Amino acid sequence: MFTFILRRIVSGAVLLFVISTVAYFLLYLGGGDIARRILGQSATAATVAQKSHELGLDRPLPLQYLSWLGGAVHGDFGSSWFTGEPVATAITSRLAVTLSLVIGATVVSAIIAVVLGVWAATKRGWIDRVVQVVSILGFAIPGFLIALALVLYFAIALKLFQPTGYIDLGTSITGWLSTVTLPIAALSIGSIAGITAQVRGSVIDALRQDYVRTLRSRGLSSRRIVFKHVLRNAGGPALAVLAVQFIGLLGGAVIVEQIFAIPGIGNVSVTATSQGDIPLVMGLVIATAALVVIVNLLIDLLQGWLNPKVRLS
Amino acid sequence: MIDPNPAPTTAAQVVRVSLFRRLLKHPTGLTAMIFLIVIVLSAVLASVLAPRNPDLADINAVLANPSLAHLMGTDSAGRDVFSRLLFAGRFSLAGALLALVVAAVIGVTGGLLAGYYGKWFDAVSSWLTGLLMALPGIVVLLAARAVLGPSMWLSMGIFGVLMSPAFFRLVYASVTAVRNELYVDAARVSGLSDARIIGRHILTVVRAPAIIQAATIGGIAIAIQAGLEFLGLGDTSIPTWGSMLNDGFTNIYTNPLLILWPSLAIGLTCIALTLLANAMRDELERSSSKPKRRRGAARAMVSIEKEPVLVHPEVVTEREFGEELLKVSDLAVGYDQPDGSIKTVVQDVSLVVRRGEVHGLIGESGSGKTQTAWSILRLLPEGGRVVGGSIFFEGTDLAHASEREMTRIRGKKIAYIPQEPMSNLDASFTIGSQLVEPMRVSLGISKAEAKKRALALLAKVGIPNPERTFAAYPHEVSGGMAQRVLIAGAVSCTPDLLIADEPTTALDVTVQAEVLDLLRELQAEFRMGVVLVTHNFGVVADLCDQVSVMRDGRIVETGPVKSIFADPQHPYTRSLFAAILEDGEARGPLVEHAVGSATSVTPTAAPREGASS
Repeated sequence: MFTFILRRIVSGAVLLFVISTVAYFLLYLGGGDIARRILGQSATAATVAQKSHELGLDRPLPLQYLSWLGGAVHGDFGSSWFTGEPVATAITSRLAVTLSLVIGATVVSAIIAVVLGVWAATKRGWIDRVVQVVSILGFAIPGFLIALALVLYFAIALKLFQPTGYIDLGTSITGWLSTVTLPIAALSIGSIAGITAQVRGSVIDALRQDYVRTLRSRGLSSRRIVFKHVLRNAGGPALAVLAVQFIGLLGGAVIVEQIFAIPGIGNVSVTATSQGDIPLVMGLVIATAALVVIVNLLIDLLQGWLNPKVRLS
Repeated sequence: MIDPNPAPTTAAQVVRVSLFRRLLKHPTGLTAMIFLIVIVLSAVLASVLAPRNPDLADINAVLANPSLAHLMGTDSAGRDVFSRLLFAGRFSLAGALLALVVAAVIGVTGGLLAGYYGKWFDAVSSWLTGLLMALPGIVVLLAARAVLGPSMWLSMGIFGVLMSPAFFRLVYASVTAVRNELYVDAARVSGLSDARIIGRHILTVVRAPAIIQAATIGGIAIAIQAGLEFLGLGDTSIPTWGSMLNDGFTNIYTNPLLILWPSLAIGLTCIALTLLANAMRDELERSSSKPKRRRGAARAMVSIEKEPVLVHPEVVTEREFGEELLKVSDLAVGYDQPDGSIKTVVQDVSLVVRRGEVHGLIGESGSGKTQTAWSILRLLPEGGRVVGGSIFFEGTDLAHASEREMTRIRGKKIAYIPQEPMSNLDASFTIGSQLVEPMRVSLGISKAEAKKRALALLAKVGIPNPERTFAAYPHEVSGGMAQRVLIAGAVSCTPDLLIADEPTTALDVTVQAEVLDLLRELQAEFRMGVVLVTHNFGVVADLCDQVSVMRDGRIVETGPVKSIFADPQHPYTRSLFAAILEDGEARGPLVEHAVGSATSVTPTAAPREGASS
């Protein structure tokens, strides 16, 4: 088990390193004359050269990268070119907001998807068909369209929720709920659809396994077998989909945050992108990649807990 | 649809044409297809269909409501929404198409190379795929935009690269599956070049799933592109559905209708693509999946005339049997068919099992013996049920008992030993917990007591180190051990009747003998009635008192083992005997065992320790 965890951590670190290297070179090579872009067309050549020197952009790129990497290992990802705010603080404060949305959506969609998937798989018939159609639609309709529809209906027409804004979880739980309910709902629908389809499929598969018949022959009730044995066996593939959905939710949050004017990572991404604030963009890429690596590691650990065979491989 | 590798072969064309034809008969598929054709045509013919110049701003008609002049109203710059929607379709669809082409070219080529040639290319590309999938697409697109500027085409090209793993995985999986098929080997031996083999044999397999994947990815590309434009990070010089959505969102309070049109265009196109993909998948699955046949399940009944069952008269034996435990009368088992009919797989089966008696059910696979066994436990696979007759067990008709009653009877009164030891243990739980759980439920005993019983049972069935096996997971023990565990589980609640479904078929020959001895011993000790399903007359001779020969879902001959062995009447029974003689000798001196005392232990018996119960 220990080597299993260690190997996952090492491979995650390698992945992060590769992504950071590729991203760094692509971003800085493709950026053109960065100092000129920051200072604008009216700046003189001398001030541009000075700015370049200030930012360390006059050094060879591999050297720049190494010094960035040296800082990154210690948590220093440089500063924004436009606001001067350290990248690390700029991102962490917003990441918390985004994570509260994404984790909320993950939990909500996992719970609903398991209920729907098990229900469809065990009852079959028309319930199954309805669940399937709904999950196809949920998958097909882009999340931000759902978000727009929710804003129009629940916030603007019914005035049940605030259409925009964000109240921190620390400030007020009910306030937080009133601002994140619609975004989380908008984010969840797509992933509910994806996970439900997977849960349904793997529960149906698991129900057909020989050991289910044998357990029933020992006098265990169907309900007990579904919740104890079938769900545990169907959990593996469902968790794999959950990991993929988490990446999707992170991306979806970027757009959904814009619709609801939530000051999360999506907000920073859009500003940094349109300004060409490369240190900040670089920090964002690393932050999302690190999140994905961490989530995959957690999912792997859960898989190992669910399935004893995984622990050996 | 996009076809990245134009290497059409006649076979592939047939696949495609027939898939297309079948889609025409699929209502959802047809609707989706017609809708998509209308969307594509309206985009292509935008310059003919559009009533106005899409970029012409009319300052006097800003945010106008729909009217005859402006069918869908005007936007915040006074441009005609309907005309813009048509022209935007061009760019949105072309962008999605670009992403699709890039994804398909990279994914399909990569998948073919990695799958067909394997080795290092395999490892590298699989790793790259993992890398590409590790980042949310929109973050990568945003980062790319920071450097490369706002170009819809560039974004969609990059998105194509990001989506290429979807094609890669699909093609890779199909190719590795096909690569080692005999007909591909044959093609290689007959001197076809790799390119020809890939073109002719492998692309044929991959084509249909790749088209389905393309429809799905097309939908995602349209959605993500609209998302980018909606964020205001798109190319402002061209009209797209996403930028129209952005305009509508900005003016959501002044003219909520404005957001409706692009939403409909994006939403309906995405839904149509997904539904089309699903319809294609449905049709493909329908054509390729012949009804899955499980072991011993649902074989088509060859309608043979009902012939009288050959019944041998009772003979006097030294063995004494108790009261009648199980009485099956005129049992019929059927499976629901998709068209609403019922396919009968077992018919007119009658048999009686008394306490202490072993009744063998013998026949070739598909003869209905396993179906009969499962129907006694009411554990038939999905769609299967008892459609006629009765199964009386200790006064209850199991054929009509509620599921609740059955749950009470199973395990405690009637137990089951399956054929495949490994697949019948849940790999996620320890062997011990799978023994303890049913005992706690059926007997209502404490965990500690159940554990004590389980350890004693494991010792009783001849497992050398019960403590270790108790804590082990199923994959950590051998097949023979696993079968002993299942036997221990079956007798754990001291049942009256045991249903054993080919309990030794999956085991090595030496282990078979040991397991049969174990069964005989336990049967005698607990004085259980047993229904023993087998296809081996050796096993029948070894263990059974009575035997029923089954063929095509019916019993053709039944009676005491001794009389049937001495004088088989039915030609089918005789042919089964002939088959044993070809296979080798039947095991053991049959007459002695059939008549002799069941407690006689053969020297091959496994060492037993600490037998207690």
